[in-house]
Amino acid sequence: MNIPMEQGILLAALLFCIGLTGLLVRRDAIFMLMSVEIMLNAAGVAFVVAGSARGQADGQVMFIFILTMAASEVSVGLALIIQLYKKFKSLDMDRASTMKG
Amino acid sequence: MKELLWLIVALPFAGSLILALFSRKLPRFACAIIGVGTVSMSAIITFLISIDFLYNNPTGIPYNQVLWQWMDVYGLSAKMAFTLDTVSLTFVFVITFVGALIHLYSAKFMWKDDGFARFFTFMNLFIGFMLILVLADNFLLLVLGWEGVGLCSYLLIGYWFKEPANGYAARKAFIVTRVGDTALVIGIFILFMTYHTLNIQAVLDSAPSTWVVGSGIATITAFLLLSGAIGKSAQLPLQTWLPDAMVAPSPVSALIHAATMVTAGVYLIARTHVLFDLAPIAQTSIAIIGAITLLVAGISALNQQDIKKILAYSTISQIGYMFLALGVGAWSAAIFHFMIHAFFKSLLFLGAGSVISVMHDEHNIFKMGGLWKKLPVIFWTFLIASCALAALPLVTAGFYSKDKILWLAFASDKGSVWLWLAGITGAFITALYTFRMVFVTFFGQIKAQPTQRIGIWMTIPLIVLAVLSFAGGFIELPDNMGHVVLFSNFINKTLPVTTIKELGHYTELIFQLIAAAVAVSGVVLAYKLYFGKKFPADEPQRDALQRFFYKGFDFDLLYDKVIVTPIVFISRINKNDFINQFYMGLGSFIQLLNKALSATQNGKVRWYATALVIGAIIILTIFYS
Amino acid sequence: MILACLIILLIGSGLLAWLAGRWNSTLPRLISLAAILIQFVAVLYIWIESKPNTAGKEWITSYSHTWIPAFGIQIKLAMDGLSLLMSLLTSFLGVLAVIVSWKEIKKRVGFFHFNLMFVLAGITGVFLSLDLFLFYFSWELMLIPMYFLISVWGYENRTYAANKFFLFTQASGLLMFLSILGLYFIHGRNTGVYTFDYEQLLNTSMGPQIAFILMLGFAIAFFVKLSTVPFHSWLPDAHTQAPTAGSVILAGLLLKTGAYGLIRFVLPFFPQASHQFAPVAMTLGVISILYGAKLAFAQTDLKRLIAYISVSHMGFILLGIYALNEMAMQGVVMQIIAHGISIGALFIIAGALHDRINTREVEQMGGLWSKVPRMGAMALIFVMASLGLPGLGNFVAEILILIGSFLTNKTLTIIATLGLVAATIYSLRLLQKVFYGKENKHWEIPDLSIREMIVMLSLTAVIIWLGLFPTTVLYESKSSVKKIIEEANNNYNNEGKESIQIKKAKNVPMPSTALIEGKQNLIIKHLNAN
Repeated sequence: MNIPMEQGILLAALLFCIGLTGLLVRRDAIFMLMSVEIMLNAAGVAFVVAGSARGQADGQVMFIFILTMAASEVSVGLALIIQLYKKFKSLDMDRASTMKG
Repeated sequence: MKELLWLIVALPFAGSLILALFSRKLPRFACAIIGVGTVSMSAIITFLISIDFLYNNPTGIPYNQVLWQWMDVYGLSAKMAFTLDTVSLTFVFVITFVGALIHLYSAKFMWKDDGFARFFTFMNLFIGFMLILVLADNFLLLVLGWEGVGLCSYLLIGYWFKEPANGYAARKAFIVTRVGDTALVIGIFILFMTYHTLNIQAVLDSAPSTWVVGSGIATITAFLLLSGAIGKSAQLPLQTWLPDAMVAPSPVSALIHAATMVTAGVYLIARTHVLFDLAPIAQTSIAIIGAITLLVAGISALNQQDIKKILAYSTISQIGYMFLALGVGAWSAAIFHFMIHAFFKSLLFLGAGSVISVMHDEHNIFKMGGLWKKLPVIFWTFLIASCALAALPLVTAGFYSKDKILWLAFASDKGSVWLWLAGITGAFITALYTFRMVFVTFFGQIKAQPTQRIGIWMTIPLIVLAVLSFAGGFIELPDNMGHVVLFSNFINKTLPVTTIKELGHYTELIFQLIAAAVAVSGVVLAYKLYFGKKFPADEPQRDALQRFFYKGFDFDLLYDKVIVTPIVFISRINKNDFINQFYMGLGSFIQLLNKALSATQNGKVRWYATALVIGAIIILTIFYS
Repeated sequence: MILACLIILLIGSGLLAWLAGRWNSTLPRLISLAAILIQFVAVLYIWIESKPNTAGKEWITSYSHTWIPAFGIQIKLAMDGLSLLMSLLTSFLGVLAVIVSWKEIKKRVGFFHFNLMFVLAGITGVFLSLDLFLFYFSWELMLIPMYFLISVWGYENRTYAANKFFLFTQASGLLMFLSILGLYFIHGRNTGVYTFDYEQLLNTSMGPQIAFILMLGFAIAFFVKLSTVPFHSWLPDAHTQAPTAGSVILAGLLLKTGAYGLIRFVLPFFPQASHQFAPVAMTLGVISILYGAKLAFAQTDLKRLIAYISVSHMGFILLGIYALNEMAMQGVVMQIIAHGISIGALFIIAGALHDRINTREVEQMGGLWSKVPRMGAMALIFVMASLGLPGLGNFVAEILILIGSFLTNKTLTIIATLGLVAATIYSLRLLQKVFYGKENKHWEIPDLSIREMIVMLSLTAVIIWLGLFPTTVLYESKSSVKKIIEEANNNYNNEGKESIQIKKAKNVPMPSTALIEGKQNLIIKHLNAN
């Protein structure tokens, strides 16, 4: 059963917006990271859908790239969050604004 | 002999310079010798040059001496050069001779003063500048002398500088005369624009062929020159500085505010008479201003108590006579009166100074009295001078000079009966206030004892000036009294003869009798009112009118309200310069922007992310629409 | 060569002074005094040497050297009568500034003299440079040391004053730079030669609107430097807060660079635009005269009062420049020199007074003549100079300017002449408040020392000499002024014609052509050798 490309892209867009909204709205660092993951995966879905629509494997290759990048990014990000937590004693990212004005 | 002309000017300047540089090292006696000596030597050289001039130069051709090229800029070629003709010779004679006498007097008068050397520095400087003024051959050099005497007047009026009122009077004199000077300078601009030269003789020679009689530009220029003269000679409406200038030491008042500086205006108008001939309106204005001034000043003099203020207003009034004469074209009469007035007025001031100093700095005549026995020399010389001032008939020089003016005020082509009436009324008032002063000061009850005597060095100048006040008039007798015209012939080599109307043979005699009668009756009235009467210590200022006259018709109040207060107000309000506010505002605006923009850097990650997203959306919409 | 040496001497001595300051406080003073004295003597030497043959020759001496040939930038210096007088004034006031700051500056003396020498080097560069890039370079070179002079050794409000000075001058300088670039590109597009050379840029033909805009760029920069109302706000603060030597250099020289720029650059480059702009500029000049006088009258801070006197006198200069005739321009040259001398003297007196009583408020002074008579006498002479007393230099200047501008615009000149009365009012107030009247406080202060008297007496001698024998100055500047006015008026009269030829361009040895000739000679030699 073929899913029309538009619906796939729509899914990707929707997922991206959900991720974006989550990034902008959430204050907790881990939730921000999770939202970023959702955005990355949304981009990946878009790539896969486009790749399958053209019948090429490039989309899936891109998705592997994205997955790899997401994994490394998450590890670095979690390490940074641990350091931030040690400094500010909370995961609220709004607290980390000592450089202002 | 004539080559020594420059020495007459250079000597006082040299004296001033030496005193300025070395007075600390020299003993007081040496300073006096330098101060008095330089002017005396100038007087001697003047005397020698005048003999040369009188005998070797019957037609009165001017003698020019060029010293160096002062400026030479694209059409304006001004030299440091002196021109000696009969008019300037008269002025030089008065300046050096009377100046030397006054310097001699002040050597003793100022002996005990701390700033003795400073006094003579400024006095010599003044004589130098005044000589430049009357000897200048171009207008710029004349302005140099003109401003220079203004400076020296400022320095000498404010000589006793510790008293703020003296400084105020000095500033007032300088500023009021500067207003006139500015008008003079603008007149000089117009002259240069028209004639492309500022050499006085060249301008006067080409004026009749360049300007039409009565033309606008000639009239404007003449009025501007007249304004300069009014400022320096303390005529209406710029006369307010002279009475206040009486805070100066008396020799200063004698020299500057009686004999020389205030007559600079008379010199200027006489020198540029051609321009005034071309502007009849201006010339008539001179006469009218002179007439009004002599009346206003005379009435003010009548209401003064300070002896020097009486003499100050009297000076303003007498210069009014000179202006009256100039206005009706009586050139030689004006200069004659200038010379005679220099003699008796400086004598009066020196006498007044002596009285003040022996009466312990008392200026109020109503606090004096009965001095005629105690101070005989001062009294007799003062009396002779007062008779000259009141123009008592026949025996005083003042009679001959003033009478000539009164006669010509009526008889000249440009004269009128109204001018004569003003003059004759003024003569009455003059006699009245003069003898009011004499009787109250020297007669009556002794209110305070004079303690000092004046020395021989102060007496000699008084006597010499008294002799001149008596005998000086005999060189110019009217037609029906011997027709001696030595002086007017001398002056008329340079200035034109006054044209007079056709009048009856006895008219002049009638006018002389009227003038004589008026003078004598003034004396008699003064005698009746003031001789031997008892006065309270102050003549009370009974009503507003008397106070008005006392303040010299209150021009001071007028100028204060209309000019001084607004200027000071505007200055004070804008002390911090409103234009600066614009730049401060600019700075504040930038700082505001700074605050606004730094608010966007608040360190919050979500804020930055939002900004990113919005920016991306905007760019995408712009580029893909 | 000697011209380049003048600048190098100053720069070198500045660096040497900075180094020497590490060991000894007196050494930098001696070094800079020696350097500036040598400079003064050198300029005098040039003057004396030039006397016999001033007729006809355009520049007394010139020097050029390529710098950045890719952009057409050279180090081109030249001296004519006008710049000779300016250089004389620079070195003379420089000597006085060094002597005056002998006792006054106590900390970081080496750095102070470094800044002083560099300011003087920049000013000399401004007066001598004939390459527009070099001119701008010197212009900016004047700024930064002056900023340090004010902000390190100044008085209580120095940071504000220094910042204000810097911002004003820098911003207007940028406008000038834009105009320079505009000229550069237009000339390049017209002739294909991209150069910053003064003489080549003189012949640039451009449309009237663009000329006007470019002229405005230059003019605003020079107006700000000349402290014309309404751009004068920086001046009172800068002058008041600067140390005495700084004030002398600022008032005596820096302001005059603005005047010099107008004379040397604006008038010859943009004749039509200058004629168009002249009424506005003359009005601004008159406003400066009167507004500056009014402000001077109201001040209670002595140095601020003298600063506003400067504003007023600079108004005369602006009036004279834009009268666009030789007489007024000669008056302007005279005023530049006479004002530099008289205002420098007044600032030195104010500085000497501040050293003794530590205040600048006139309400704290009064009756000082009896305590410091020599200072009083000197103040009297220079106050009289600033009010335009004949016999001193300022009178000659002002009368020439006024007569000259009267020939151009009668109404404005009459209003300007009122400035003479205004000058009297504020000058006498200065004298009265400080030296006459009652003593407000009983100060026991020493009179002027020998060192200070030497300075003051030399200034007095110069101002009296200028008043009585102005021909020494006027004769020197005659040919330069004549040339500039001819260019400003000739080109204006030839407006309709296509290419504006100036005959003088043929006489000048063009360095660029000399280079080409040199290369040609080399090629010929090379060919001959083969």
